[in-house]
Amino acid sequence: MSNDPNIITIIVIDREGERHELEGPTDMNMNMMELCKSYDLPVEGTCGGMAMCASCHMYVKSDHELPDRSDDEEDMLDEAFNVEDNSRLGCQIQLRNEVDGLEVKLAPVG
Amino acid sequence: MIQTDILIIGAGPCGLFTVFEAGLLKLRCHLIDSLPQPGGQCSEIYPKKPIFDIPAYPEILAGDLTDKLMEQISPFKPGFTLGERAEFIEKDEEDQFILTTNKGTKHRAPVIAIAAGLGCFEPRKPPVENLSNYEDHGVEYIIKDPEFYRGKKVVISGGGDSALDWTVFLADGVAEEVTLVHRRSGFRGHPDSVQKVMDLAEAGKINLVVNCEVVGVDGDGKLESVRVKHKADGEKVIKADHWVPLFGLSPKLGPIADWNLNISKNSIDVDTIDYQTNVPGIYAIGDINTYPGKLKLILCGFHEATLMVQSAFKRIYPDKNLVLKYTTVNGVNGFE
Repeated sequence: MSNDPNIITIIVIDREGERHELEGPTDMNMNMMELCKSYDLPVEGTCGGMAMCASCHMYVKSDHELPDRSDDEEDMLDEAFNVEDNSRLGCQIQLRNEVDGLEVKLAPVG
Repeated sequence: MIQTDILIIGAGPCGLFTVFEAGLLKLRCHLIDSLPQPGGQCSEIYPKKPIFDIPAYPEILAGDLTDKLMEQISPFKPGFTLGERAEFIEKDEEDQFILTTNKGTKHRAPVIAIAAGLGCFEPRKPPVENLSNYEDHGVEYIIKDPEFYRGKKVVISGGGDSALDWTVFLADGVAEEVTLVHRRSGFRGHPDSVQKVMDLAEAGKINLVVNCEVVGVDGDGKLESVRVKHKADGEKVIKADHWVPLFGLSPKLGPIADWNLNISKNSIDVDTIDYQTNVPGIYAIGDINTYPGKLKLILCGFHEATLMVQSAFKRIYPDKNLVLKYTTVNGVNGFE
């Protein structure tokens, strides 16, 4: 575990059910899609993080309070499948100290 | 048969700019794209989004970048095969590649440049069991001819403009019965279209089924009904001759995967000397390729295209010397 105050820990469960503990910086303007990609987890991020493709669909498993889905995010989830109440686009979850310990599960590829 | 010097697969920014750099070397180009318009992701996914890392443009909309590239390459009169997917590649006895599209259009060239980005855009298919058994037997992902649905019971899924627009169109005396299924009560389409759909539902002209998704398809050889699951109320069956899921497009590598190219993680391995693949004469540039240090940026794709055409020239004209010419000195001399 890092002592750097700008590093938070994120738990990602991949599509095979394997648990990954990732360290993410809060001072690099990064989001969950980018963090997953930087660890070579299978998140496509086709549109590059503009909430325009739904390829970073994930489920939030922990009870962190996240900002509500924007209209763009809600609209894009319409083109995803297996959408649940806890569905989010990873690119819309910014790495901030408030999400330290966040646990997500990658949604099936649609 | 369409003959050219460099056959470019993919008409995104990188493919388009290739035409310019090839043109400076007097090489002619023809582009193939599965989308009906040039621009690739820039026109299909984010035409109204600004890009900030194109040199000399502090900010440019992706759609405008496409328009500017089309303007820049116009002196070199590129050919286009749009709305068709590059399907097969073979070699003829003169060491030229013959490329056939999914619609049977044949192209011939000594060099192929794959600038296919993330692959070809294909409709997103819902994860419904046995769905493929009903494709073309009642399940269609694109409405080509609305007359096909005359007098039929049609279920449409989706919340975007195409789902809304086709619902309105088919409900106007074309289909016998139209049902629109959507996962939530809000729609992302144009407000006018949303209002029309709401009015039609109010008047009983369509069945509007919200907070639901289609979870099953049934029928003997052809579609007869779909199963719809409501978030709270469970499943019900809706009779349907056709189900049209309209969930947008997503890119898939597609037939490229079968061309005997070395591929790592959905990208084509290239040599950074000239961005050639393991098959001599086939190059890969832009987001589709990979090499140590690769960055998926439009900027880098332009660079790769520029180096690639130099190598292509030497392949096409092994006995000719090539001198780098500056456009500032010589101008741009297009083709007649």
